[in-house]
Amino acid sequence: MVDPIIRLSGISKKFKGKYVVESVDLDIAAGEFFGIVGPSGCGKTTILRMIAGLEIPSSGSMWIAGINVELIPANRRPVNMVFQSYAVFPHMTVESNIGYGLRVEGRSPREITEKVAEVLDLVKLSGLERRRPHELSGGQLQRVALARALIKRPKVLLLDEPLAALDAKLRKAMQDELSKLQRDLGITFVIVTHDQEEALSVTDRVAVMRDGCIQQVASPAELYEFPENSFVANFIGSANCFSGVISNVDGDLMHVLLLDLETKIIVNRNSQFAKGDAVKVVIRPEKIQILDIGDSVPKGNREANLLSGVVTDITYRGDVSMYYIRLHEGKPELLKISEPNLLRSTVSKFARGKSILAYFPAESVWIIET
Amino acid sequence: MGEIVDRNRRAKIIRGNFHTLWCRMILLAVILFLYMPIAVLVVFSFNDSRRNITWQGFTMKYYNKLLANDGLMDAFLNSFSIAIFSTLVSLILGTLTAIFLWRFRFPLKHLYQGIILLPVVIPEICIGIAFLMFFNQIGWPHDLPWPFNLFKIAFAHILFCFPFVAIIIRAKLSGFNREQEEAAIDLGAGVVRVFWDVWLPYLKPSFIASSLLAFTLSLDDFVITFFTSDPNTVTIPIKIFSMVRFSVTPEINAASTILIGVTILSALTAMLIQRENVVGEKPEW
Repeated sequence: MVDPIIRLSGISKKFKGKYVVESVDLDIAAGEFFGIVGPSGCGKTTILRMIAGLEIPSSGSMWIAGINVELIPANRRPVNMVFQSYAVFPHMTVESNIGYGLRVEGRSPREITEKVAEVLDLVKLSGLERRRPHELSGGQLQRVALARALIKRPKVLLLDEPLAALDAKLRKAMQDELSKLQRDLGITFVIVTHDQEEALSVTDRVAVMRDGCIQQVASPAELYEFPENSFVANFIGSANCFSGVISNVDGDLMHVLLLDLETKIIVNRNSQFAKGDAVKVVIRPEKIQILDIGDSVPKGNREANLLSGVVTDITYRGDVSMYYIRLHEGKPELLKISEPNLLRSTVSKFARGKSILAYFPAESVWIIET
Repeated sequence: MGEIVDRNRRAKIIRGNFHTLWCRMILLAVILFLYMPIAVLVVFSFNDSRRNITWQGFTMKYYNKLLANDGLMDAFLNSFSIAIFSTLVSLILGTLTAIFLWRFRFPLKHLYQGIILLPVVIPEICIGIAFLMFFNQIGWPHDLPWPFNLFKIAFAHILFCFPFVAIIIRAKLSGFNREQEEAAIDLGAGVVRVFWDVWLPYLKPSFIASSLLAFTLSLDDFVITFFTSDPNTVTIPIKIFSMVRFSVTPEINAASTILIGVTILSALTAMLIQRENVVGEKPEW
């Protein structure tokens, strides 16, 4: 990263003696769509508010566009924010809401009208200039808030859970629109969300947070396929996590003894780990295949794992079905497997109570430190 | 399901009862009982008779007499001066108190909150006597020129008016979305603009409601004023009371009618201002 538009260095925030954000280092590149995700109370909104200047860090330094902003108050930072509650001014029309930032700057009425028309077009609200906020729907209010923040052409647009209050359909549509808007405008977007799916689908890079600390910063695909710890593995998507010990290293492969299952599986070699290390094994549900007891195992089986189990539960999700498998071996450990529903059928491929084999090649397993 | 039907039926019965003749008659009787005396008072202010017993014909002469009565006119002037002054001061004090209670946490906050509301619950007679003794003790001068001689009454009025302002503003503040203030700051607004663009429009209805309340409370207060007024600082309620001691003349009716008129007029004005400002929104008081 050559020139980060935002740089946080050792940023901490204490509320009543308790750390909400603890020594966070973060670089956000110009033009990036950056996400911050984490469970509620992990400090992600606090980071956003500190960037906006609405919260003052207890310690650490922050640069926006190369300038140390420690002494720059919120109203003079080159960033604008879309608030979770939208915070649209109820006594102003759509037009004066959107033009507010320019009015404060003292621009000429003609220029304001022009610019307002421009952003209204951008967020597809043309024709609603004279409406008042109480006459608008949630989705429209959201667009007003977005337009109001964009009109000043900020260096960075901050979005605090912008889509949380919308219904599922509208949220999907707005996600697509946000990423299109970001690409077209080239403005850096920083979005805070507790919805990992949202974060994965709109952003270029994501920081996963927990208890005020950043767990991992990576692209969505990296977070999903190569999580650095079990928190990230479980927070991003769904995962089968088992603890184990590396029992043997054999060429490109390693053998891991799964402690709860009392069984061995083979995984691709990871040079970070050596024989005898305690590890966590992560297998994504869609990377496991269900086979009938009698089925022939797909080719290349030397590097594959085969566990037998019984289907205990099935959740139908339309595109896929999630199967919950109790493995025969050892204790009642559950394995989640998602199978695409390729056939048009109302009957599950594998009925509840049926004995099956769970098949996954060595390369679909990811191991992390415990 | 059965329960819902049952509840609907019960609601219907209750509503049905309300529409029966009986209920309407009771309602009418209550309204008559409450408003008749006021109506009679207003009507008899136009009565062409020295005594308020029988209707003798329409006249405006008592209003003319009223205008010529210097004592009464002085009382009106005093009353309005005190009411306007104590409303303004109560509004400022009450708003500051409300913001203080809303925004900050401090030890013994609940106790402090309770103390502020005391003037609302303490019997007026006690406040009146307390003020009488207080002003005597500190030796408040009696011979101040007008309007400074009204300060004694005004101070007492502020004491019982500002808690009402504080209560109303505090209630409104608790519904305030802090993100609106932050949005304005984020868009570049400084303290003054935030106040004008966010706080003032939000609190305006409460400002109007609470100043109206303070104004009318001050205007028609008798008990506390009685203990804090001097012979040369007579207010309208005191003046009317002293006139009644001799006899109830239509002149008193006329004075009372004007007082009622002013009160109703200010209430109507406030309502109109509210309606203009919050189109489509319900007034909140």
